[in-house]
Amino acid sequence: MTDADPVRLYRTVRLIRRFEERAVELVHGGQIVGGVHPYLGQEGIAAGVCAALDADDVLAGTHRGHGHVLARGADPARMLAELCGRVTGLNAGRGGSMHAADLSIGVLGANAIVGASGAIITGAVWAYRRQGRDTVGVSFFGDGAVNEGMLLEAFNLAALWRVPVLFVCENNGYATTMPVAGAVAGSIAGRAAAFDIPAVQVDGQDPETVRVAAAAAVDRMRAGGGPELIEARTYRFDVHHTFEHAVRLDYRPPDEVTRGRARDPVRIQGERLTDTDRAAVDAEVEATLDAAVRFAVSSPEPDPADALTYLYASGLTARAGGG
Amino acid sequence: MPRLSYRRALTRALGDELARDEAVFLLGEDVQVGASLVTTGLAKRFGTERVRDTPLSEQAFTSFATGAALAGLRPVIEFQIPSLLFLVFEQIVNHAHKFPLMTGGQCSVPVTYLVPGSGSRTGWAGQHSDHPYSLFAHVGVVTVVPATPADAYGLLVTAIRHDDPVVVFAPAGAMDVRADVDDLTPVPLGRGRIHRFGDDVTVVAIGHLVHDALAVAEEVADQVSVEVFDPRTLYPFDIDGLAESVARTGRLVVLDDGNRSCGMAAEIIASVVERVRLLAPPRRVTRPDGAVLPFAPALDRAVQPGRAQLATAIHLTMKDSS
Repeated sequence: MTDADPVRLYRTVRLIRRFEERAVELVHGGQIVGGVHPYLGQEGIAAGVCAALDADDVLAGTHRGHGHVLARGADPARMLAELCGRVTGLNAGRGGSMHAADLSIGVLGANAIVGASGAIITGAVWAYRRQGRDTVGVSFFGDGAVNEGMLLEAFNLAALWRVPVLFVCENNGYATTMPVAGAVAGSIAGRAAAFDIPAVQVDGQDPETVRVAAAAAVDRMRAGGGPELIEARTYRFDVHHTFEHAVRLDYRPPDEVTRGRARDPVRIQGERLTDTDRAAVDAEVEATLDAAVRFAVSSPEPDPADALTYLYASGLTARAGGG
Repeated sequence: MPRLSYRRALTRALGDELARDEAVFLLGEDVQVGASLVTTGLAKRFGTERVRDTPLSEQAFTSFATGAALAGLRPVIEFQIPSLLFLVFEQIVNHAHKFPLMTGGQCSVPVTYLVPGSGSRTGWAGQHSDHPYSLFAHVGVVTVVPATPADAYGLLVTAIRHDDPVVVFAPAGAMDVRADVDDLTPVPLGRGRIHRFGDDVTVVAIGHLVHDALAVAEEVADQVSVEVFDPRTLYPFDIDGLAESVARTGRLVVLDDGNRSCGMAAEIIASVVERVRLLAPPRRVTRPDGAVLPFAPALDRAVQPGRAQLATAIHLTMKDSS
């Protein structure tokens, strides 16, 4: 059942926006090591797509994945604790920013290998449906992933076996610093067409537009359709990774950044709310994130003696490395 | 006592597990027809939904299995050619193997990767003749190399029931081995097996080379008493079992169908000498460094570890300690 409530959609984009801004502050403050890939500017995609999903559905995210996990409903406090490497984190401090995931709500990993999630989610959806569930899946990836053979193989498998996976390409214009025009022969939608996968291009900056497109695709998939693709045109408001806050890389013209940032998904969705409703959501989000930050930074760090605790699900233990 | 071939032992293991557990399914290239002669008859018995032919998309179907495992199934993938493991090394190591730790224990990925016909098949040349088990042991993926029909059955069954990824190498050189098998039972991971007891030297042999080691042991029996240790699982390795053997014999020779540098033999020797004081320097018989198997049969054989090399190594080890 798609959630069409504009207030909740606004809350999701606002939550992701402020979460990311807090995360960047924590990177600069040294509480998050290793940096983050901010989802700033792309919030409308995760929010719109996840509003179209049911509890039994699954998704797989990316290294720029905080938004997907939050939009799916993960606890922001445990998410932030994960980014801070604490035992209370979603992944007990073993995953960090690029891998933070909550499998209990159907987030089957955040994968930092570009293009890797498509086949994984295809297999998972096929398996759930074999077990009698009505699951559909979402594979989020960026424009860089459309040149990964592994993803194109996944398109083929999903289409061939009619596995209902919504492939969501978040086209933010750049694969790290490589512009789409310098990397993509043909088109992104054209790749889907080659496998007879229906594809649409949508304005990724409008959360409601994304939601409507995703809900329509999910409806068709649940009615027995095969995979579909949504290319959501978006713009990354900030850096590829926070290391760029220290090392400026010159690859996006300033006027392009200005134009890109002008179409803000948080503002676009916010304008659909009354001032009162918006202020209430903003205040609630701030309170939630204040509490999340307190929880994260006050949570215990993992014990180095347990560094490989979760290496094997079978309980196998690895030999220690010391002499 | 029924005689069973190694190949049919694998077939029996797959069939028994497909019958026992609805979560098990098989996928790979040409598995419905059974081009490897291992999956023969399984599609007819279990249906094409559970015995799935895939397009030639090794990376996608390997990760498809990872996803299916995350969703509660127990996929078995058959790779007809050992070199395909190079193509999917990323999918196995970077995803299937790493997910449990990276998610902080939120999942398990019980996938079995079965490679019937690993190593040289004679005449299949450079891209079909590798034996890359040491790579998986190195990265910490459970790696088994059964030598006998009973172990092929027992270790494949255990692999399928195991909650982490397991690579099962079924060496080409062992596929036609036949043995009288009384009892088909699961074989535990990480437990070696002494095929022949001896007093003077422990020979560790991997996979099909166990049979070569046994033949050499018999040949030299009037001069040297050779113990033949088959690790069966390369990772986790039964170092306790091997150390006990070497502590008795005092000498160690390893016979390994992998390349020499950073190979299993190197690891086995290092692990033993950390714990046991030897009477003579250990020796290893392996493929050469960086080996690519040439096509011509004589060249193919020249690059593989052979019985004569093993006999020489055994004699030199005895001489070194006299």
